[in-house]
Amino acid sequence: MLADIGLSSLDQLFDVVPEALRLAAGLDLAPGLSEPDVLAEMERLASLNRTGTDLVCFAGAGAYDHEVPSATKRLTFRSEFVTAYTPYQPEVAQGVLQALFEYQTLVARLAGLPVANASLYDGASAAVEAVNLATTAKGRQTVWVSGGIHPHWRAVLATFAHGTGHDLVDVPLRDGVTDWSAAPAGDPPAALLVGSPNYLGALEDIGAARAAADRHGALLLVGFDPVCAGLLRAPGEDGADVVVGEGQPFGTPLSFGGPYLGLFSCRMEQVRRLPGRLVGRTVDSEGRPAYVTTLRAREQDIRREKASSNVCTNQTLIAVAAMIQLSWLGTAGLRELALRCARGTRYAREALLAIPGVSLVADAPTLREFALRLPVPAGTVVARMADEGFLAGVPVGVEGGIVRDGGDDLLVAVTERRTRDEIDAYASALEKVVR
Amino acid sequence: MAADPTQTPQAGRAHQGGPAPGGRANSAPVVGREHEPTIFEFSSPGRRSSSFRTTGVPEWDAADLVPAGWLRSEPIPLTEVSERDLVAHVTRLTHRQYSVDLGAYPLGSCTMKYNPKLCDDAAALPGLAAAHPATPEQFTQGWLELLWCLADTLCRITGMAACTLQPPAGAAGELTGLLLMRAFHESKGQTRHKVIIPDSAHGTNPASVTLGGYQTVTVPSDHRGLVDLDALRARLDSDVAGIMLTNPNTLGLFEEDIAEIAAAVHEVGGLLYYDGANLNAILGVTRPGDMGFDIVHMNLHKTFAVPHGGGGPGAGPVAVSPRLAEFLPGPLPERSDDGSFTWTTPARSIGRVHTWHGNALALARAWSYILANGGDGLRRVAEGAVLNANWLRHQLRGVYDLPYDRPNMHEFVASTTSLKKAKGVRALDVGKRLLEEGFHAPTVYFPLIVDEALMIEPTETESPQTVAALAEALVTIAADPEGVPALAPRTTPVGRVDEARAARILLPTWDAVVTLGDD
Repeated sequence: MLADIGLSSLDQLFDVVPEALRLAAGLDLAPGLSEPDVLAEMERLASLNRTGTDLVCFAGAGAYDHEVPSATKRLTFRSEFVTAYTPYQPEVAQGVLQALFEYQTLVARLAGLPVANASLYDGASAAVEAVNLATTAKGRQTVWVSGGIHPHWRAVLATFAHGTGHDLVDVPLRDGVTDWSAAPAGDPPAALLVGSPNYLGALEDIGAARAAADRHGALLLVGFDPVCAGLLRAPGEDGADVVVGEGQPFGTPLSFGGPYLGLFSCRMEQVRRLPGRLVGRTVDSEGRPAYVTTLRAREQDIRREKASSNVCTNQTLIAVAAMIQLSWLGTAGLRELALRCARGTRYAREALLAIPGVSLVADAPTLREFALRLPVPAGTVVARMADEGFLAGVPVGVEGGIVRDGGDDLLVAVTERRTRDEIDAYASALEKVVR
Repeated sequence: MAADPTQTPQAGRAHQGGPAPGGRANSAPVVGREHEPTIFEFSSPGRRSSSFRTTGVPEWDAADLVPAGWLRSEPIPLTEVSERDLVAHVTRLTHRQYSVDLGAYPLGSCTMKYNPKLCDDAAALPGLAAAHPATPEQFTQGWLELLWCLADTLCRITGMAACTLQPPAGAAGELTGLLLMRAFHESKGQTRHKVIIPDSAHGTNPASVTLGGYQTVTVPSDHRGLVDLDALRARLDSDVAGIMLTNPNTLGLFEEDIAEIAAAVHEVGGLLYYDGANLNAILGVTRPGDMGFDIVHMNLHKTFAVPHGGGGPGAGPVAVSPRLAEFLPGPLPERSDDGSFTWTTPARSIGRVHTWHGNALALARAWSYILANGGDGLRRVAEGAVLNANWLRHQLRGVYDLPYDRPNMHEFVASTTSLKKAKGVRALDVGKRLLEEGFHAPTVYFPLIVDEALMIEPTETESPQTVAALAEALVTIAADPEGVPALAPRTTPVGRVDEARAARILLPTWDAVVTLGDD
């Protein structure tokens, strides 16, 4: 091949790189390893982590230890999904496009809204995009953020607000839920952002949030838990304009936090401000049903600096996993999943509250997660409980009505995987640890 | 893992893993011709797949668990299908989908290389995949070590000082980089407003610039296809926060004046941002840090064997020069003197850019790929990519227009301007016709500065036979006296898709189809 293009050495391929910039000594890295040696090193690293295989997981905080059935695992990892590119050539990408169309349908139904996009990076990025949509739609810069939103979402929102200039105003919790009347006076907000269940696991009153939004002519952005959706009224039915969420519970293992799945759904009047890709159904040259990415004029490769978002690569494979998982769960299965989480949570809550010195941080209704006040700081409890074989939860705190990461309280989540014996053992261990 | 340069396409590739001489090239048509109903059309009342663990937890009713004000009255209608029907449906969908594992994807700018299966298994290890992201650091030392090693190695590859692995995709990396740029200038008490971008840049660049709170200023390319240095100098002043470049650029050309560009931008106090979309071309050859760049994002899903997954997930780490390290997003893995690892957040961090630690399993895949290649293997990646692309360009001489017919890096841009004049063949038509030949289409109509652009990147993982078969297909299409039939592609699962109709009659869900009808 070299001779065909008039060269005699591979180095000549890089003659266009000025000599002063060339890396004469090569990369300062070890030589390559054989496949078994790579796997041995990866196994060594993996063995240094304590995971669900030796710690029974009661941690949540937006990342949940749900079952991933064999059908979801096997289908999601088919080569055709894993190694496909973005479906820019629809004639050879109907598989991914139709899977995304079905995913959009399922997410829209969960949210109770008419349209959902083809995924964003994670729950936090979906919240950022919702804020960007609302500020553009309303021509206002201020957004009221519930004090109960995931503290990492709040952190990500704050990071990106440095660029957009948005003014994020924290609205404190009272008795574990957002007190919209406590929002400080100032510029009218473009939107209100609330999570329900919120980070403490408490169910928020979406109707009250809608009423507060209406008083200020603002949009209502709701972060929901798509598993809890199996039992709760959809945020869209209760007046949300945009619904976002973390889609990890549907077919994605805990994965040390990623790749996860940003769910994004909105009303039709906002569809031209929708961030990222959207799949639509149409026909081919012979009139047969076909799928294609649509309303492309919103996107960065066409609209450039005026695009609705800079998103290009999204989380398609994770969306495909969610589509398969939701279809496997089905109408009855999603409800049962939510019900089983709620039952386990109730059982655990009662067992743990029976321990002397243990109380609830707030007495609001919860579904799959709750926050406990303990006689011992949560960080210490988590470390000691690991010796007992449990990942006990996630430390949390509330300061001035705003939840924060890493406080002295403990956030405990119970999924459908937790048995009565595991919960009883957890309660016994906690009693010992906090004594 | 790279093409073997000592072989010619005619001789075939002799070494392990390659096809035998005369073996089949990586091109294959997608076979699923039958229309596939939606999963919703397979539903039948009462049918289900799901089953749950036996837990022994008391079976309270929903009404005892959820206050009436929140409880929904009816379940959300999703699907009612058996597992067997679901598996068959999804499997038939895969038959209607092209993928790298099936054949070549010469999609310029996207680096659609084959990704070793080893990386899939490495990332699926339960000790990695089952870890909860909020597990305390003393119980996730393996993950922290992996992330620390990967960040350190990406710094060595790019010639930078520190690296965040949080950004989950290239565009997220770009925005992270622009916010780092903003934090840097603000720390100097400066408010700058403009970011310079070449007219050949990816669309994510200007979109990210806007979200970073900056205005885009475009700099034209010169007759060589490189940044016009005089035009750049005319745009530089103390209001310029920085410049975003890919090198090689989107024409596949190395910006030979990069040292002069860097000096000029630094002269006015601006920073240089490196868009790593094309990093594959320079692995082990040169480094952005040596060229004078201050901020670098990498697309691990292009360069380091994270498969594209039909459009994600990717990973977009950002590495920076020493003076920007204190602004990186946190937390970052750090190695203590005793060899253990901890999370730390830099003093003046711009904050988090991801809910957790980025797309961790994608990062694990990339680490396994780097371990397998090593420093020497990564250089061979660049050599193979550049060799394949130059060889292919030579084959297309005199067949397609080559507006910049000079030594290219990992990709090049051809054009159908002459073919359009002669017989109405547009870039789009060539792409659609190539689908019939069992190849994916090249990137078309990008970069925007080339008329009827075909942007072609064969990658290093395609064998000489495959690159030769691709060249032959492209030559055959151009040579057809009839041009390209308006109905192409005729052998794909569906024919040319009516994109205008999709936008005119928006049907984004099955419910919209049921309500509005398909026609």
